[in-house]
Amino acid sequence: MTLPVSDPRLPIRARVASAVSRTAAAVSRATGRGDGSVIGGRIGLLIDPDLLANLAAGRRIALVSGTNGKTTTTRLTAAAMGVLGPVATNSFGANMPSGHTSALARAGRTPYAVLEVDEHYLAQVLAATRPAVVALLNLSRDQLDRAMEVAMMAARWREALAGHSDVQVVANADDPMVVWAARAAPRQTWFSAGQRWHEDSWVCPECGHAIVRERDQWWCSGCNLRRPQPQWTATDQAVVGPDGLRQPVSLALPGRVNVGNAATALAVAAAFGVPPAAAAPRLREVVSVAGRYAQVERDGRWIRLLLAKNPASWLEAFDMAEPAPTLLSVNARGPDGLDTSWLFDVDFTPLRGRPVQVTGDRAYDLAVRLQVDDVPFRHVPSFAEAVASVPPGRLEVIANYTAFQDIRAELDRVL
Amino acid sequence: MFSKRGADYDRAGRESALRIVWVYPDLLSTYGDQGNLLILAHRARARGLAVQPLQVRSPDRLPEQADIYLLGGGEDGPQALAAQRLNADGALHRASAAGSVIFAVCAGYQLLGRSFFAKGERHPGLDLLDLHSDRGPSRAVGELAGPVDPRLSLPTLTGFENHGGRTHLGPEVNPLARVTAGVGNDGATEGAFRGAVLGTYAHGPALARNPALADLLLCWATGAGQLAPLDETWTDRLRADRLATLPGG
Repeated sequence: MTLPVSDPRLPIRARVASAVSRTAAAVSRATGRGDGSVIGGRIGLLIDPDLLANLAAGRRIALVSGTNGKTTTTRLTAAAMGVLGPVATNSFGANMPSGHTSALARAGRTPYAVLEVDEHYLAQVLAATRPAVVALLNLSRDQLDRAMEVAMMAARWREALAGHSDVQVVANADDPMVVWAARAAPRQTWFSAGQRWHEDSWVCPECGHAIVRERDQWWCSGCNLRRPQPQWTATDQAVVGPDGLRQPVSLALPGRVNVGNAATALAVAAAFGVPPAAAAPRLREVVSVAGRYAQVERDGRWIRLLLAKNPASWLEAFDMAEPAPTLLSVNARGPDGLDTSWLFDVDFTPLRGRPVQVTGDRAYDLAVRLQVDDVPFRHVPSFAEAVASVPPGRLEVIANYTAFQDIRAELDRVL
Repeated sequence: MFSKRGADYDRAGRESALRIVWVYPDLLSTYGDQGNLLILAHRARARGLAVQPLQVRSPDRLPEQADIYLLGGGEDGPQALAAQRLNADGALHRASAAGSVIFAVCAGYQLLGRSFFAKGERHPGLDLLDLHSDRGPSRAVGELAGPVDPRLSLPTLTGFENHGGRTHLGPEVNPLARVTAGVGNDGATEGAFRGAVLGTYAHGPALARNPALADLLLCWATGAGQLAPLDETWTDRLRADRLATLPGG
């Protein structure tokens, strides 16, 4: 193991903390206890509580936050920003301050950084990293037994942004909660990525009146909150930019939702001066994101893993999945949220006609849910059995967080 | 002991569809609340009953002639707005007086009472159940279970609760269940019912784990004495699995 080189620009305490942080991360990886993306930062922050701010100083930073799509959008944005030079990023989805600290310490000196931020930590990370750009993707219900309610989260974002007069916000014009929060920032760039899920934004967060939707437009019936005109718009296979130019995007990732994520990435990169035409070809470099979208061959079965952790992302997963044999796996452990009620917010009828199997800790919750939607299914006790019982060809696997990790582990930590 | 309405008939004398209204899905739908509508419709259709599900958003008037009204959970602001609109509309009160079934969970349950707390203020409820709610010392989050009032002849209630309120029952209502796991109303009792109005802190798709309760609501709405049994393989396994996770389960 080589000791990392210290950055002479950092204060001495930060240098020590940064070196220890990277060593701990390396130990974590070497001993197989984890990928090192959290533990290093946690130890570093114990030695120097300002370590994240110290590591962020001198870099031009973009933050990416929201309920869904933040890991993928972070990867796409980092790829787009690569046009400018080396980019530090927390590509393992470790999206709390300890993960940011690890990522920046590990990357050494880079002129740029793109950091995925858990939506609960946006205020803290804004204050520590003084980003140039913040991308706000969406807000929807997600693990309500522990997470903040959607409106409260939007209020927290709004408050956090109001304190930063120098930040450029790149925000989703289709999500009323996001628009309301983003309006607190001095400058906004709006993008439209389409939004299938509307169930958390029927009430205006500003005045409490009803939000009205008509085709792709929305407005509040009681105040002046309404959909802003987007400068960036995702279409089927292209992104239309502020100059009206259509930039074709050819992604290795499936689904319309990822064209939306690409639009966000191009908009963020453009805020740093990267022309879309230069950034777009690099987006194809992103082929899987921490195992998501990865395809693995096992005994003639082409298994594709899709992560779906809340109602909005299940709708997107059904859109991405091919009409092939499908395995659904649901757990309700700590990181998933202990409550499976959300299963009834998801419309499972798109699965009718596909051979469906269910597994996971909460397979019976899934079973009852599918029965109500008249989707025939088979219960299998294990992933291995699910694979064995489908014919050679495609197997789509849609799972929530820990169920996904379990399957990923069984597939030997595919990347 | 409960008011029962016979099925309604259309002009040609045919039995018309069972009308189930999901009240204000734009305000009262926090987490899977749609489930109760889907489950009732599914179980009614499995018995050959025609069902007319209806979602009525808060700017619109509620119909007075429906058989079952469902109220879901909601955040503080929407809960207060829903109570205000339902009181102004008046249709739910008239329907209840005419014997329609009301099934409410969580925030919807609280607003059926005399008053409830939202955003730090006391708000008038619909006064359809003799109870009032205030803030508890802590948020109640987790599995909720307990034996149901024996007069309802239902198996153990099982559900998931997530609320910051505590509910105090008056003499005119009966608790739905005694609490053996979780908090419910106040750590001792859970939910309440009177006539064909029933509320519970088992939030979201409470009927998914309590199919017998779903059938009871269908019996109240149709006047049927009993319904043909359904295959309960998966609901039985789900119930057993959930009850087994409880201390002593």
